[in-house]
Amino acid sequence: MSDMTTDPLLAQITGPTPGQLLRRRIFGHQGLLIGAVVLALLVLVALFAPVLAPHDPYAQNLLERMQPPVFLGGTWNHPLGTDHLGRDYLSRLIYGARVSLLIGTIAALISGLIGTAMGVAAGYFGGRVDAVVTFLINVRLAMPVVLVALAVVAIMGGSLQVVIVVLGLLLWDRFAVVMRSSTLQVRGREYVAAARAVGCSTPRILLSEIMPNIVNNLIVVVTLEMAHAILLEAALSFLGLGVQPPTPSWGLMVSEGKNMMLFEPWMVLIPGAVLFVLVLAINLMGDGLRDVTAPENRS
Amino acid sequence: MPDPLLPEPLLTVRGLTIDIPVGGGTLHAVRGIDFDVNRGETLCIVGESGSGKSLTSLALMGLLGGRIDRRAARMEFDGIDLTGANKRTMRALRGDRMSMIFQEPMTSLNPAYSIGDQLTEALLLHRDISRDAARARAVELLEKVGITAAASRLGQYPHQLSGGLRQRVMIAMALMCEPELIIADEPTTALDVTIQAQILRLLVELGREMNMAMILITHDLGVVARVADKVAVMYAGELVETGSADEVFNAPMHPYTRGLLRCIPQPGKTERGARLGTIPGIVPSLVGKVSGCPFRTRCDQVVDACRQDVPHRHPGAGEHAFRCVHENGLRAGGEVVT
Amino acid sequence: MTATSKAETPVLELRGVTKTYSVKQGLFGTAKPLTAVNDVSLSLGRGQVLGLVGESGCGKSTLAKILLGLEAPTQGEVRVDGERIDAADRRKLARRIQPIFQDPYSSLNPRKSIEDIVSLPLLVHDVGDSASRSKAVREILDIVGLPARVMQTYPSQMSGGQRQRVAIARALIMKPEIVICDEPTSALDVSVQSQILNLLGDLRAEFGLTYLFISHDLAVVEHLATRVAVMYLGRIVEETQVADLFDTPRHPYTQALLKSVLTPDPGQGVPDTELGMEYPNPIAPPPGCHFHPRCPVAMDKCRTDRPYPVATPDGHVECHLFGGEQTQPTKSA
Repeated sequence: MSDMTTDPLLAQITGPTPGQLLRRRIFGHQGLLIGAVVLALLVLVALFAPVLAPHDPYAQNLLERMQPPVFLGGTWNHPLGTDHLGRDYLSRLIYGARVSLLIGTIAALISGLIGTAMGVAAGYFGGRVDAVVTFLINVRLAMPVVLVALAVVAIMGGSLQVVIVVLGLLLWDRFAVVMRSSTLQVRGREYVAAARAVGCSTPRILLSEIMPNIVNNLIVVVTLEMAHAILLEAALSFLGLGVQPPTPSWGLMVSEGKNMMLFEPWMVLIPGAVLFVLVLAINLMGDGLRDVTAPENRS
Repeated sequence: MPDPLLPEPLLTVRGLTIDIPVGGGTLHAVRGIDFDVNRGETLCIVGESGSGKSLTSLALMGLLGGRIDRRAARMEFDGIDLTGANKRTMRALRGDRMSMIFQEPMTSLNPAYSIGDQLTEALLLHRDISRDAARARAVELLEKVGITAAASRLGQYPHQLSGGLRQRVMIAMALMCEPELIIADEPTTALDVTIQAQILRLLVELGREMNMAMILITHDLGVVARVADKVAVMYAGELVETGSADEVFNAPMHPYTRGLLRCIPQPGKTERGARLGTIPGIVPSLVGKVSGCPFRTRCDQVVDACRQDVPHRHPGAGEHAFRCVHENGLRAGGEVVT
Repeated sequence: MTATSKAETPVLELRGVTKTYSVKQGLFGTAKPLTAVNDVSLSLGRGQVLGLVGESGCGKSTLAKILLGLEAPTQGEVRVDGERIDAADRRKLARRIQPIFQDPYSSLNPRKSIEDIVSLPLLVHDVGDSASRSKAVREILDIVGLPARVMQTYPSQMSGGQRQRVAIARALIMKPEIVICDEPTSALDVSVQSQILNLLGDLRAEFGLTYLFISHDLAVVEHLATRVAVMYLGRIVEETQVADLFDTPRHPYTQALLKSVLTPDPGQGVPDTELGMEYPNPIAPPPGCHFHPRCPVAMDKCRTDRPYPVATPDGHVECHLFGGEQTQPTKSA
């Protein structure tokens, strides 16, 4: 206390560190917290699927086909009923979370790597690099994702791996666009010029001066693209060109249920609802992250 | 209290207070300031960042955000009460009888509209006038602010003009309705020194010609000295010293005013290369209860009494006033350092 | 040519430095050359402070970037201690020339602690181990007037003046010979500005630093500089000792600049600079003397013939009023 008064320069360094500030904002943001908790629960479900699932998701029992869920008069043996092959719906739903999250994560990772590399390079180096990247982004934006994915999967044959790779190679555009503009903004800051004047190498400038200041934007795009990839997988599987049966995928479950939709609407509604909840949770988290990290960008 | 023999001032402000809610309390940004501006007179409010000078100007124009609490015992513009004025009254005043010039002309001009459209907007809004007459008036004013080929500029867009030209357009825009009061917030800070001199000269000349009152907000003591009739020195939300430019610059009383004048190198007075005076420390936090003299944490004349209420002092016969516990702004036995 | 009266090699020397950019106007416009710095020669002795003044767009920031190795000159060379410095060799240059920028809010990486920011130059140049680097940071912070406790804080927790002290500490930790100060105080409050100016003056005396001090505030330049160079449209139109320039300005542009200084003297009004309105377009500079469209004393010759540098007792001036015929072409001496 005593030297606070003798040293007027120090007196004022009392504000929170950027980390503390971020923590405070995160815990003050309801949407972000709800999204994060729901997402964390779904991740846990996916991780502990073998423990949580009451039945083998592949085990068919044609004697117990199309049993309704417990709230529609079914039994607790199959809480969410069984499908047209007598497989336990809850178990398939639980294992389906693995497929969705795996595809979402890895596809976002692959496209994130490609898009970030391209965007940061374009933003930092400018000139020809920028012209080439901008051209590639435009080419990519001119391709309809679903049609191209359909075509590729139709040729290569549908499988989990193919879907992941195809989506990873198609969804990098938003990463590239956002990272390019964020890099452009940060590149003009004087601390980048100061680092150059100090003699920092280009990789060091990119990694330690540019990246830490654009990573918040990156995280936001990651969440958005994860949700995007999960929805696309469901769409592809629904069309029969994504994950192939008998793998439990939510999109596939909707597809298999659609024939019965008029008689047993729950077969479509249950996987549809969890898909909705997962995508909503991810988007809530993404929006929340944008909110809590944006004020720092401005200052 | 105004002298009954003198005409009523154009603008009267008494006890203006601005509170801003912030996380964890209230920021008492401006606390009970009083000032008058007469017709044709230039008042300079000088202060550093965080002193509340820009908030004061926005409060006068009724342009503070909704969360911000503005109170005043009295705030009158030519007899019109501004404290209780509704949005309609303020809109009718703004741009017509009082107008504002901002620091950054690039952000205050709308890039999507031509210069001509933006110049004539206020006039068409406030006056019953034809489009052609408004454009003629715009050309006249652009010429007045020293813009060549004025007629052809009307079709241009803000990005086609240089910084100095944009600021001239801003001034012309502020003058379109022949306002009685102009509030200029750091109008020349973003400009080169040569352009700054030209713009200030223009403002002063036009003010005199049109008998316009002006409130100029700035941190630049040089600008204040050359432009002001009256000076108000603002520190941490309070006016610590007010008076004529001559009184404040040649006989500063408040330790802050004196400190500021020691901080700047003055050609011909400060020895080249010598150490400049400093004001140690930083502006105090204005969140929560603020009491006593706000400058006491940095003042070289501080005594225990500075924690108490600070009296207003009037050293001479004129309008010169300052707030300090010391009768002449100096601790007993203290002396003026120059 | 700059008169170097001292026999010793100047610590900083520029010879015929020119920087030309190619500027494209509009989407389909053809690229036009913009000469931001035009054949500038300067020399600066150790411990001097060269004030560089001029309007925005005159090329002073480009000149600073060239000296920092952030831009390569199109022509000409930069010598430090007589040794030619290639802009490609940024690491070598970094040990000798360091910058202090204008905006202390943009010049410090918000994601790094003060210790990381100040020790970066040591890390990049592999100086010492982490313990000795930490010690060096503590020492330099003490020199710039910051307590060691700030090492673990972040820029957002500091005031503008404190940030500028951190920027100065970062610039000085490698013990450079030359510091390029680009408007180091113009973003600061008046009371903080004087603290930083005093600090810069003290550091110069203590470490024998040489400054290139870029500022638009002529009162500050007059206060701190030992020599002053006035720049207009890429050319140095006058360069001399500080007292000489402020007491007997020769170039009409210098005179106008000095007139535009607003000293805090009430009652004197705002001076008339007698300059025309517009800073000319650097892509299409006026013919003859670049300054003639704004010059109150322009002659016929000024409209057609470009002036050449004329030596004055302490420096040079480039104006037809003082001769400046094409008697000695100045192409790299």
